[in-house]
Amino acid sequence: MFVIKCPHCFEAREEEEFSYGGEAFVARPTSPETESEESWGDYLFMKRNPKGWHWEMWGHSTGCRKFFVLKRNTANHTTVGAWTLAEARKIYDAEEATA
Amino acid sequence: MKKDYSIWKLLSQGLKHHEGWTPAWRSPEIKSSYDVVIIGAGGHGLATAYYLAKEHGIKNIAVLEKGYLGGGNTARNTTIVRSNYLWDEAAMLYEHSLKLWEGLTEDINYNVMFSQRGVFNLGHTLQDMRDIERRVNANNLNGIDALALNAQEVKDRIPMINISKDTRFPIMGASFQPRAGVARHDAVAWGFARAASNYGVDIIENCEVTAMDIVNSAIKGLQTSKGYISTSKVGCVTAGHSSVMAKAAGIRMPLESHPLQAFVSESLKPILDTVVMSNAVHGYVSQSDKGELVIGAGIDHYTSYAQRGSPHVIEHTAAAIIELFPMFSRVRMNRQWGGIVDTTPDACPIISKTKVKGLYFNCGWGTGGFKATPGSGNVFAHTIAHDEPHPLNAAFTLDRFHTGHLIDEHGAAGVAH
Repeated sequence: MFVIKCPHCFEAREEEEFSYGGEAFVARPTSPETESEESWGDYLFMKRNPKGWHWEMWGHSTGCRKFFVLKRNTANHTTVGAWTLAEARKIYDAEEATA
Repeated sequence: MKKDYSIWKLLSQGLKHHEGWTPAWRSPEIKSSYDVVIIGAGGHGLATAYYLAKEHGIKNIAVLEKGYLGGGNTARNTTIVRSNYLWDEAAMLYEHSLKLWEGLTEDINYNVMFSQRGVFNLGHTLQDMRDIERRVNANNLNGIDALALNAQEVKDRIPMINISKDTRFPIMGASFQPRAGVARHDAVAWGFARAASNYGVDIIENCEVTAMDIVNSAIKGLQTSKGYISTSKVGCVTAGHSSVMAKAAGIRMPLESHPLQAFVSESLKPILDTVVMSNAVHGYVSQSDKGELVIGAGIDHYTSYAQRGSPHVIEHTAAAIIELFPMFSRVRMNRQWGGIVDTTPDACPIISKTKVKGLYFNCGWGTGGFKATPGSGNVFAHTIAHDEPHPLNAAFTLDRFHTGHLIDEHGAAGVAH
């Protein structure tokens, strides 16, 4: 059990209030018709599934019912923060650029 | 070492206060080169090594384990063995495994305590019952024993089950596989370890693979915490950590690692002589030979490698079990734990070659790998030895997530993912 602070409600609530929405920022290919089977399969099914820091979608399903992005460590369930999608995308892109 | 276990050996040891037993498997020093290296000394990895040595004549094998032997999901499952899957590919694979289970104790000369006490998969809605009828018919067409029972027939076999209409999800019936059952989880790992070791397989514990040496898309060796090993064939059987190993090889996997929790009660007198599972209310229960009720939960929905989950999942499962068996409401629970299961989008495993020559993956067993232990090792050994899949695992390639040939077993997988 861990506590998540919803970036829309600004309240720290128990994980049970939220639903997990999987890996964040998985971009749908812009032209599906011309994608190869390999890249389309990658988009549909392949996951990073890292042991460590993970950017993931969550929904505040019994609260404000809005989606947001959480950065959580899958090895020990600690979190560094939760942001709206737009805010998180900026931090994520900056992180990816330096990685 | 060596020497078969027998009643005579037990008697003679009994006269000597059991002080003459030797370790069941060797703990050799690691060598610098092997023909085949298996990563992961759980049930599946050890079974793979055993069948490679026994059926394919490859003796220069190492099994590397980053922790201790059989300490991962082999030690953490709820020991259920069954083969009543819907689709031909999955049913044949699990049935192959079930048949190996039936002769395993004799084959490896180690009592795996395989007890064919039957498994009930309960149905709680009209749609559940339609699915059960369909699955039972599919099983029968594939030569797998299965019966569809109504609620009263379930009650006749399990007198203490609650089939009243007053519950939130009343039991309407069940599928029943008489040849299914449970086995002793640790004994499977120990038995395969001993049998493989007797063939000359080196089992190296506390040895973590830190990097893969891949040159021109072919595996050349492994960097481990105990030094470099050169090898041209690597079988990766690391369950929840398969994505981590795949990343080291530059391969993407359709896997998500989730915690799957289980718990056991204090020991009771014999009370439940079969296995009861319910997909709809998320719980399964059997009674171990020690008398503990062994209860399994659904997965935690977030990904994790922490080998623990959240308490509300256990609470949900306990509530489901009590609705099925109201008399268990006063039973106290002894221990609780979590294992990390690698789930795939179609709830079927990946037993496959990869784009790296000589690197093979056996993963994605999700919540139901224990039942497949001998069969999985058997077909994976064939895949590694021949560089071609066995006919039984030809459909379980990594490539199916690109071609779209998924084998959707969510209905028969037993635990909602």
